Amino acid sequence: MIALLARDLKLAFRAGGGFGLGLGFFLILAVLVPLGVGPEPRTLALIAPGILWVGALLASLLSLDRIFALDFEDGSLDLLATAPIPLEGVVAIKALAHWITTGLPLVVAAPVLGVLLNLAPAAYGWLIVSLLIGTPALSVIGAFGAALTVGLKRGGLLLSLLVLPLYIPTLIYGAEVVIRGAVGLPVATPLLFLAGITAGSAALLPFAAALALRVNLR
Amino acid sequence: MDLTVTDLTVARGGVPILEGVGFALAPGAALVLRGPNGCGKTTLLRTLAGLQPALSGDISCPPEAIAYAGHADGLKAVLTVAENLEFWAAIHGTHGIDAALSAMNLNDLTDRQAQNLSAGQKRRLGLARLMVTGRPFWLLDEPTVSLDTASVALFGAVVRAHLATGGAALMASHIDLGLSEAAVLDLAPYRAAPRLPQGFDEAFA
Amino acid sequence: MSTTSLWEYANPVKFMRLSGRVLPWFAGAAAVTLVAGLVWGFFFTPDDFRQGSTVKIIFLHVPAALVAINAWIMMLVASLIWLIRRHHVSALAAKAAAPIGAVMTVIGLFTGAVWGQPMWGTWWAWDPRLTAFLILFLFYLGYIALWSAIEDADTAADLTAVLCLVGTVFAVLSRYAAFFWSQGLHQGASLSLAPGTRMDWAYKAPLYVCMTGFSLLFIALLLAGTRTEIRARRSRALMVRERMYA
Repeated sequence: MIALLARDLKLAFRAGGGFGLGLGFFLILAVLVPLGVGPEPRTLALIAPGILWVGALLASLLSLDRIFALDFEDGSLDLLATAPIPLEGVVAIKALAHWITTGLPLVVAAPVLGVLLNLAPAAYGWLIVSLLIGTPALSVIGAFGAALTVGLKRGGLLLSLLVLPLYIPTLIYGAEVVIRGAVGLPVATPLLFLAGITAGSAALLPFAAALALRVNLR
Repeated sequence: MDLTVTDLTVARGGVPILEGVGFALAPGAALVLRGPNGCGKTTLLRTLAGLQPALSGDISCPPEAIAYAGHADGLKAVLTVAENLEFWAAIHGTHGIDAALSAMNLNDLTDRQAQNLSAGQKRRLGLARLMVTGRPFWLLDEPTVSLDTASVALFGAVVRAHLATGGAALMASHIDLGLSEAAVLDLAPYRAAPRLPQGFDEAFA
Repeated sequence: MSTTSLWEYANPVKFMRLSGRVLPWFAGAAAVTLVAGLVWGFFFTPDDFRQGSTVKIIFLHVPAALVAINAWIMMLVASLIWLIRRHHVSALAAKAAAPIGAVMTVIGLFTGAVWGQPMWGTWWAWDPRLTAFLILFLFYLGYIALWSAIEDADTAADLTAVLCLVGTVFAVLSRYAAFFWSQGLHQGASLSLAPGTRMDWAYKAPLYVCMTGFSLLFIALLLAGTRTEIRARRSRALMVRERMYA
């Protein structure tokens, strides 16, 4: 299992692995929004939590189809499915690798982009906390979507259509934490819901994803 | 433990293509599957490997004892030969890739990335992977594709060594592998008979 | 075990025979009930003292919403039956239900907008009920898209069934999240089983008739759609056979 995680990280960081693409996308989004909305600081501060969360969502969506598609094409997925580690574990590890290479950099970069969007000072801590708790759910849900579409030729677009609706609860609670944090309201309730979604997804979705992978491999 | 297959029916896309397949493979034995393109060799091997369910019939040996090597080698282009092999060794909980490297004559290539290998070298690396799985039954789908004569001989020697240590091999191949001791199973007689639709149910799937 | 069980109708032949026989009756009953309910509702009910005659769109809005939600529940049940018992009719019924449910969701959203314009002064508001319905529509879209993207019929049935299961959980989560996210303009549930409901029988009676009519319409469309899917599946299977054994 550790070997699989190490391999996936190595592949992501080597040339052509696509590491940093999501981060670059996140940055561009945070630049484009003020250009579209206008430089008014109050407006930007108002929409900053939502933009940052939607940006994180889309950035992690970008690299989802690589989770299984590459292994499917070169035959590794067949071999992993016949290997002595459970396919559910493979899914969980690959989701974790996706989070480390996509979600974690977003958490680190988000405060910097918060400055660009004039995020309220009180909200920075909650932005980091909510992304830290919420982005793993994005990776696990995304891994499930990637497992559903792995055999398809043009799975990328379909993948977004399938995965984005599943992201809705995470988005709502995640952004709500930041919005409430910005104005000093208690954040415990949305934060708990967010953590619940992440925990539930991480516990259950690998099984659904493994089922979908087995169907796609046969 | 033998790999015994009894009255097996396998399907591709829901349609049966081989039925009543039966054979036994004891430790130390090799069996070559023959048959025209599209007769179901790959489907049979994938079914035995546990990648797809059989329509009916029995397979005596669990997928955990079987190492499968398909058309694709499962290599990562940006990893070196040694890294690729070490990964599969770690996944299968075995140690030491040196024996596999030297058996497939890959010693000089250990630090080369898989993307810089020739097709035949990639194939050799793919076959070296079988040796680090530590599993007794090898299922090989066209193992000698893109191998030159010397490499085919190398591969033959590796299979023979595997058989000598109590392993077994089931190979789908069109060409002579130089394994005179291997039995041959022609799949043509097992081709599923056309089932003419007699009712709604029969024509359904 | 020689008893006749419900599962026998999971056999395509039996399903085709039975559904062919009952379909005209369901279709006829749906037409009669819908005409009766809508005419009663539109022309023989008093105007609401606050909402005027606009309230009468309720006779389309509420039944459509009811069917939109129940169609998804039906798909969930059918998906479970497919995953557990592998009855093809069940998977195809789920496939047939999705477009019907999606259209009903659109009708619900559209009539809601038409109703909302005079009542709230806006065509659309991010009210939790509306939002939840819009999200439901997105789930329908994804489900239908997955069905149409996969060629192999059994693979498609398996994957869409898994998506339906997971989607249900996330749709419910989204609904609660939407309610948490915004307290809305929308009135509470129009009908409630609890005592002290707010609606007068003059409305309730024709509304029940309309709901029955929409439900019958759903069943009729579902039967027709499932029959179409079964026939399409059968003709495809026959073509594959012809190719293989030519």
